[in-house]
Amino acid sequence: MNTELTGIIATFLLTLIIAIPLGKYLAKVFAGEKVWTDFLKPLESGIFKLSGIDIREQMNWKQQMKALMTINLLWLVYGFFVLIFQDKLPFNPDGNPGMTPDLAFNTIISFVANCNLQHYSGESGVSYLTQQFVLMFLQFVSAATGIAAAVVLFKAFKDKTSTQLGNFWEFFVKSITRLLLPLAIVVALILTFNGTPASYDSKDQFISVQGDTVNVSRGPAAQFIAIKHLGTNGGGYFGANSAHPFENPNYITNTVEVVSQTIIPLAMLIAFGYFIRRKKLAWTIFGVMTIGLFMLLVPTLNSELGGNPELAKMGISQASGAMEGKEVRLGPAATAYWSTLTTVISTGSVNGMHDSTMPLTGLWQLLAMMINSFYGGCGVGLLNYFIYLIVAVFISGLMVGRTPEFLGHKVEAREIKIAAIITLLSPFLILAGTAISSFVFTDHGAAEWAVQPKNWLNNPGFHGFSEMLYEVTSSNANNGSGFEGLGDNNVFWNVLTGVIIFLGRFLPIIGPVAIAGLLAAKKFIPESAGTLKTDTKTFALMTFAVILVLNALSYFPALALGPLAEYFTMLK
Amino acid sequence: MKKYIIQSIRLTVVLLVLLCIVYPISVAFIGKMAKGNGGGEKIIRNGKTVGYALLGQSFSRPEYFWGRPSAVAYNAAGSAGSNKGPSNPDYLKEVQSRIDTLIKYNPGIKTSDIPADMVTASGSGLDPNISEQGAAIQVARVAKARNVDEQKVKDLVAMNTLKPFLGLFGPSSVNVLKLNLDLDKL
Repeated sequence: MNTELTGIIATFLLTLIIAIPLGKYLAKVFAGEKVWTDFLKPLESGIFKLSGIDIREQMNWKQQMKALMTINLLWLVYGFFVLIFQDKLPFNPDGNPGMTPDLAFNTIISFVANCNLQHYSGESGVSYLTQQFVLMFLQFVSAATGIAAAVVLFKAFKDKTSTQLGNFWEFFVKSITRLLLPLAIVVALILTFNGTPASYDSKDQFISVQGDTVNVSRGPAAQFIAIKHLGTNGGGYFGANSAHPFENPNYITNTVEVVSQTIIPLAMLIAFGYFIRRKKLAWTIFGVMTIGLFMLLVPTLNSELGGNPELAKMGISQASGAMEGKEVRLGPAATAYWSTLTTVISTGSVNGMHDSTMPLTGLWQLLAMMINSFYGGCGVGLLNYFIYLIVAVFISGLMVGRTPEFLGHKVEAREIKIAAIITLLSPFLILAGTAISSFVFTDHGAAEWAVQPKNWLNNPGFHGFSEMLYEVTSSNANNGSGFEGLGDNNVFWNVLTGVIIFLGRFLPIIGPVAIAGLLAAKKFIPESAGTLKTDTKTFALMTFAVILVLNALSYFPALALGPLAEYFTMLK
Repeated sequence: MKKYIIQSIRLTVVLLVLLCIVYPISVAFIGKMAKGNGGGEKIIRNGKTVGYALLGQSFSRPEYFWGRPSAVAYNAAGSAGSNKGPSNPDYLKEVQSRIDTLIKYNPGIKTSDIPADMVTASGSGLDPNISEQGAAIQVARVAKARNVDEQKVKDLVAMNTLKPFLGLFGPSSVNVLKLNLDLDKL
């Protein structure tokens, strides 16, 4: 068997070996049980004391969401001004300019929302102050926000009936001190000792062997890259993200980075099962998600390892697979694996350029982001899946003629309305966004923006349409990867994707938490012969069918116009 | 509401200190022990920096092994791929012209010998490596230009080939910069 394939099999197994114990550990941490990291308690007490927070104060779901929104809005304001004035602030050794207001608007929403769509390039667009005090800071806290919101959902289903769902600040801070920060230190050191820069040295210059003058961007990248993956953020320190030899020096770091982006979403799922004492439910969900992952991964591998048919016609050898936009040290198999993982999980970091992948690979990447819950982002993946679960419970209830119930609570009109709105939000944002951009491209090509709409696309025809569809889908999924050929740093894309990211982030957090909060407050109905069991294979299949049908109905036409059309044209 | 605002501000300040000062500075401090003192490993020849071990460089002279095409001309002040789609007609023309160039400068090789990595741009534009096959098709040219035995060049290629991790995982690759520096020592 070839070593590139054994590499990705080993990577997936390594992910499971780390994620499962990590999940059990997290369940204990959030339940307040004894764990070996309790030596960090004094640090946490210090943080709470300095912040004037009393974690004994219980919050209902509305208070939880108020706290969440307050601190997130504060970060938006703080970050926006740092981005605009970064040229006047200290710690800018390369003398990079301040951001335009529309770019700052886009960037700050993108990082607060855990999306990390980047319309700037790390080397020339931001100062070291911005990299560390805004972007890296937000990579920690936005991941912790997602995790804390998911823990509120855990709490809602732990006890039979309850309105008191714990303290948001406690979940939030513990996500950082017990999970993100310790892991980030480990990963950052592994990267540093494999060659990723970690020091504060500024740009360097040297004369190459052939006599060219070469400038080298550097800086504290390892610290940033560690949390960018652990927190499923994905924003690169350098423009080329993890394809850059500094961000991802070798096969070991590649494995470490792709494993780190997968472990927390998986661990949260396991933690859910242990926390609410329904392990079977968690394993059932894990089964659905993993099957979904493989259904996207296998065809992706197939289309990338087969190489580009157009290049095959020219007669060259594509022994290892398609190489445009990929790195030799990583190889097409590891890049294909990464591209699937980074889109099913909302990381959006890349180790090869998605714009240059094969049409069908693009299709699977898009579909992965549209579904957005096969593992999904830190905490939010589970929240997205929860919406699918509620819809599945409702439809199954209708089919068998019983009042739908979930974990002993009746699911009624109000909850279903919320679930329906959240379900419809994604297709609305994605399709309307793509439609508006296509309209501007075709009918207002000469608009006087930083990049004229007629010059937006780096590729003609169907692939160009895919570039726009991908940008909007990635924004809604809070993924942040892109078909980077798109000329996206102009007022149109900055504002459009900024708004989509914001709505695509906070409504799908508040919706599921609201449903969970409402359900938790209802009377508990003990299980009986008439209960619809949610941890059976039948129900798993039902959920899978709901996910497939909803997404196929919503997105098939758009996918047919982009990647599918390109694929069939290339067959000719 | 007001309580949450004040708590948010205070918590943000505390976390800024922990996450943006304590964490990165500790890592940078420990990183001083890494190669290149945590600032990227440099390659020094005759007292002068001639490159970074991890970053590819542009090589175009016949006596050097060539690296992959780059969308940023190997200028490490930026980094990017070409972002060309697989069906883009301009892109396909570009690939064809790269194939023609390789055949012109490496007489004796067949189109089917050319591996994809030698005619496609890398993701970062700074890829320091080529495939083993990519080096193999250039051996004859380099040996001739330097007037040395082909076997000697082949040995150097083998010396600079990085095998899969533990022999089991991932691809093998050849570091172009290190290989060329070794050639210059011949």
